Parts: sequence; C-alpha cells; structure tokens
Amino acid sequence: MKTMMKLFLAGVALVAVLGPARAEDKPTIEIMSSWTSGGEAAALNVIRTEFEKRGGVWKDSSIAGFGAADAAFQNRIVAGDAPGAKQGVIGLAAADFVNQGLMNPIDDVATAGKWADTLPKSIHALISYNGQVYLSPTGAHGESWVFYSKEAFAKVGITEEPKSWDAFFSALDKLKAAGIVPVAWGGQAWQQTKVFNMVLLSQVGIDGFLKIYVDKDKSEASVEGVKKTLDILGKLRAYVDEGSPGRNWNDATAMVITGKAGVQFMGDWAKGEFTVAGKQPGKDYGCMIAPESEGMVYVADALWFPKTGNAETDKAQKLLAEVVMDPAVQVEFSLKKGSIPMRGDVDKSRLDACAQKGLELMSAGKIVPDQAIVLTPQQVGALDDFVDEFWSDASADAATSAKAFFEIFE
Amino acid sequence: MHPKRKRNLAATVALLPTWFAAIVVYIGTMVWSIRLSFTDSTLFPSSNYVGFAQYAKLFSSSKWIASLQNVLVFGVLYVAGCLALGFLLAAALDRKVRFESAFRTIFLYPYAMSFVVTGLIWQWMLNPTFGIQASIRSLGWESFVFDWVVNRDMAIYALVLAGVWQGAGLVMVIALAGMRGIEGEQWKAAQIDGIPVWRIYVSIILPQLGPALAAAGMLLAMGVIKTYDIVVAMTNGGPGSSTEVPAKFIMDNLFGRQNLGLATAGATVLVLGVIAAVAPFRYAMHMRNRPRGAA
Repeated sequence: MKTMMKLFLAGVALVAVLGPARAEDKPTIEIMSSWTSGGEAAALNVIRTEFEKRGGVWKDSSIAGFGAADAAFQNRIVAGDAPGAKQGVIGLAAADFVNQGLMNPIDDVATAGKWADTLPKSIHALISYNGQVYLSPTGAHGESWVFYSKEAFAKVGITEEPKSWDAFFSALDKLKAAGIVPVAWGGQAWQQTKVFNMVLLSQVGIDGFLKIYVDKDKSEASVEGVKKTLDILGKLRAYVDEGSPGRNWNDATAMVITGKAGVQFMGDWAKGEFTVAGKQPGKDYGCMIAPESEGMVYVADALWFPKTGNAETDKAQKLLAEVVMDPAVQVEFSLKKGSIPMRGDVDKSRLDACAQKGLELMSAGKIVPDQAIVLTPQQVGALDDFVDEFWSDASADAATSAKAFFEIFE
Repeated sequence: MHPKRKRNLAATVALLPTWFAAIVVYIGTMVWSIRLSFTDSTLFPSSNYVGFAQYAKLFSSSKWIASLQNVLVFGVLYVAGCLALGFLLAAALDRKVRFESAFRTIFLYPYAMSFVVTGLIWQWMLNPTFGIQASIRSLGWESFVFDWVVNRDMAIYALVLAGVWQGAGLVMVIALAGMRGIEGEQWKAAQIDGIPVWRIYVSIILPQLGPALAAAGMLLAMGVIKTYDIVVAMTNGGPGSSTEVPAKFIMDNLFGRQNLGLATAGATVLVLGVIAAVAPFRYAMHMRNRPRGAA
C-alpha cells in the first residue's frame, strides 16, 4: 500500500513537472487591451488569428475602457505580474515605463523587418526610446473626422460637404429645423477634447497647433487661436441633444447610423461601428475632415511589451511584434478597426474612401499628433478638465478661458 | 517560568500575525501613502521630497475644491434623507400593516444591490432621452422636465436620490427593530392620554431610537467618504465637475493621470478630514462614559 502511495505521489509530481513544460513549448502571450467594442474586437482578432497560425498561444485579458485597462495594467506592473503585451498609445505615454526599465526592446525585430524604411519617420521616432525600438505599431487613427448621415443630409437638402464653419453651422440649422438632432455628441471629457483639437487645428493650422502643444507657445496668436476655437465650440452647444452628457462614443455613432442625428465628430474608429452595422462609406454615410482644416489630428496605437522575466514570453513578444507589422495583417486590421495602416508599402486598393483620404494626408505629412502623444498624462488630464469645464458651463467666456488654457502645461 | 507569564506569552504569540497585519497592512500603507504625498512621484514612487508642494497644488485645483463641496452636500443630504425616509418607512410598517414582511423585503432589497448597479439603473431612468422624462412625454405631457442627471445644477441631487433609494432600507430595518423593542405599555399609556399617533412617534419613539439611528447614521456616513462607484456609474463626475468627489479625484490621479504625489496628498487630506470629524465625537463618548468608571 505504501509503495502504491509513493508511486502515485511520484506520478503526480512527474505530471506536475512535465505539464507546464509542455504548455511552454508554444510561445504564450497574455495580451491586455481595451479593444472590446464590435469593430475593435474584430480587429484584435486579426492579429490573434495570424499569431496563432504562426504557432503562438493567445490569452486575452481585455478590459473595457481605456482608463480601466490602464489602471489594471499599472497594478499588474507594480505587483510584478506584468502581462506579455499591452495595447497603448505611442509617444510620451510609454516613456515612463521604458525609462524605468520595465519594457522589453524589440529592436532586433525592427531591424530585421526594416521598420525604419517602411514607417513614416515621425512614427519611427515615436516608437523608439533612447535609440531603440520598443513598440510595435498597429495602426494610426485620424481624429479630425466629421461623419454624417447621407440620409439625413439628403432629407434636409444638403447636397455638398460644408467647407467652412459658417456653411457647417447653416447645415446644422437645417437639420435642427427638420427635427433631427444636428450633432450626435458624446459628452465625455476625452471625446470633447478631440473635438476641441480638431477645431483648434482648423483655426491655427499645422504650425500653430504644434507651436501650442509641442513648444507650449503662449503668444498673442496662440491665445487668439484658442479663443476662436472656443467660440466655435461654444456655438456647438446649441446643436446637441440633452441626453449627451456622459454618452459613449459608440452610442453617439449609433445615432448617426440610424439617421436620428446628422453628424458626429469622432476619430475614424467610428467607421468600425458603421461597418458592423452593415453601412458603406460614401454610400450610407460620409466622412469629411473638419471644415477649414488643412490637415488631420492623428493618434497611433501600438503594442507595448513589458518585461516579464520569462524567456518563453520574450519569444512570444518578438513573434507578436512581427505579426503586428506584417503587411497583410496591417491592412486587414485597418479594415476592421477603421484605422490607417502604419506601413507605407501596403496594398492601398482595399482601403475604403475615408481611409484613403486619411492615408493621403498622412503621406503628405499634413498631420499633427494627438495630445496623448505629446503631453504627459497629467497635462492630458488638465486639458480634459479645461475643455469639459468650458463645454458644460454655458456662461463661460471664451476670451477669459483662452488665457486660462495655457495653465494646463504647468 | 511563571504560569501567568507563560500564558501571556502564548497569547502574545497567537496575536502576532494580527499585530503584524494591523501594523504593516493598515498603518504601514497609510504611512507610505503620507510619505509619497511629500514627494514628486508621478507614475512610480520617487523619493525626491518637495515639501507641501503637492498640497498647494491640490488646494489650488478647482476640481478638488468642487469635489469637497460635492461630497459635503451629498453626504449631508444622503445621510439625512436615508434616516428620514427609513424612519418613516419603519413607522409605516410598525402600524401592523398587512404583508409587512413582503414590504420589508421590498424596501430592503435595494440595499442588497451594489452602488454600480444602483447608479446604472438611475442613470437610465433619469436619462432625458429614454428615461422617465421621455416616457412621461410620450404619454402626452410634452413639457415634462426631469433632467437632473444631465443638469449641472441638479446632478448632485440625482446622486442623492439614487443613494437614498438604496440606503433607506437599511435604516428602516434598524429602526423597525428598535421600535419592536419598545414596550407596549408606553403605547397604551399614551393612547389613554389621548396623544395623536404622529406625536407618539416624534416625542416618545424617536428619542428612544437615538442609539439605533446614530449607529445607522454612522454606517451611512462611512459610505459617504468612500463614494466612488455610484458617481462613476451615474455621471462620471460630470457634467463638468458638478458631481466630482474626492475618491474619484484620487483614483483619476492615481492611475489615468499618473500623478501619485497629488493623489496621495488628496488621500491624506481625506484621512485627516475623517479624523477631524470623528475625533470630537469619540472624545465626547469617552467623556460621557468615564464618570461611571472613575467616580
């Protein structure tokens, strides 16, 4: 009996030793993202499918909400239990993690794949820290888009896309008179900041925009530009419905999809929602760059690769970095998510009309970075507060607020 | 060894883990947080001390000031509302109504829900485009307005409404238990004297429920400081910063804004606030109890 017991225990021990070893034969990665809405999840699945095809094992730890995912990620990092990959924005957002030595560089993958030649220079600079590549970019998003319902526009007799803000507001008046909600507004701080930014770009131009956000320039011209932006933003208050405070962006998109609302200011990820609802760009809905805007605000997502101290995970990270930058994956991912591929050498013919417009601006260099790329998280938060406070206080004075704007950089 | 001392040693050893947990987990983390509030920590703890700079920044932030005002308004109205409604419900059930236990269950049910669920339910009900307002308008009353949750001046009261709906049941149960403990003789005596029922409740029952209601009030007040989930679920601090609360301010800075120093300064202020509010109360209790023992 005793020997039986010993044998049994030895067997258990053997299985216990061999079990995990067998699981580690395949490069396994746990990926943490906030891509949970219809289009986003489908896009993430593109990467997953290719990753698994190349022999990887994928563990999804997605959390709805960018902030919630970030908080969970920071907790895991501090607890010393980092996930294998994390979806995040390129640029300053990842800088602290890299400088603390918490991230794995993927420089060898980047060199082997000649990323320096295939990516726009500015993007390559933003995924490199201290001369090494750390992030694997998934795609860029244009954030200067106005999506509109063709059905609603046709109903009230708007035949062409308004080119100036005056024309834009008269179009909104027509929609309002017809009983359609003119603007599908998502009243959350981050969405409002995006609108602020696209209006700002239309008022101060690319150089003015970079001066304000990158050089933190407080000159007369910058203050005036912010004031004009706030004037337009203030005017927009009259065109949103009362259910707007706190509304999610995809709920706002649904209003345009169903024709309940006329337009929505949003990044091009909104296209993913249209696609899931079976709507065609150019046919059912239109996309235009914000009026009077010479370029486009963009944000770019990437996968970050935290140090886990596990050699198998390191291997999986390199494989994943490679998969993400695969030309076919880049296009397929962009189609699902509504983004623009990062690589310049992909098959453009499959992209829709909106993405081609975006890619055109991108390759012409007519782009400015989103605040998440050039500002620290504290400054981003202060900017959100500033815009939110102005938007929700109908009595706020644009001139006074414009001066207060520059306090966000302190 | 002296047997008594030996027993003490055993007890001390047995208590060690608890002591360890209390000192490390509670006091240790608190001290650690307070220490961080004097540094310029952003995403990760740093040991670069900056004195009271974070506190200066905290109190020059209009959002933090707004959050303190909001939690005060919410706290007072929420606790008072729960106590008042809970007492009224208890008094109503105390009248030996039919189906008492059914009503009791219904009134207590909201308390079994988390604040997140409560917040979501009320957010939907109060949303002007598809909630109560839209329903009543569709019945024909076109001018009906009930837009608290999206109205800057009323949003905080929407939170109170949801909070009281959730918390009143708890007060009801405690108050009802207290009422059942009051002798029937008092009722008979009062009725012989011809005192109206409402007067009996106000002047005879209510004073005797003092300790029970104080306990209920204390439980609710502790929840007020922690108010976070209901705000996130219902308004996320908006519109503007009209429903921002300290706990949410701290969480935002702790994670999204990667500002550990400012967040821990806020948390420290919150702890000091609680101590300042509770200390006089504890002192009064202590003083009231002492004469019996000392004299």
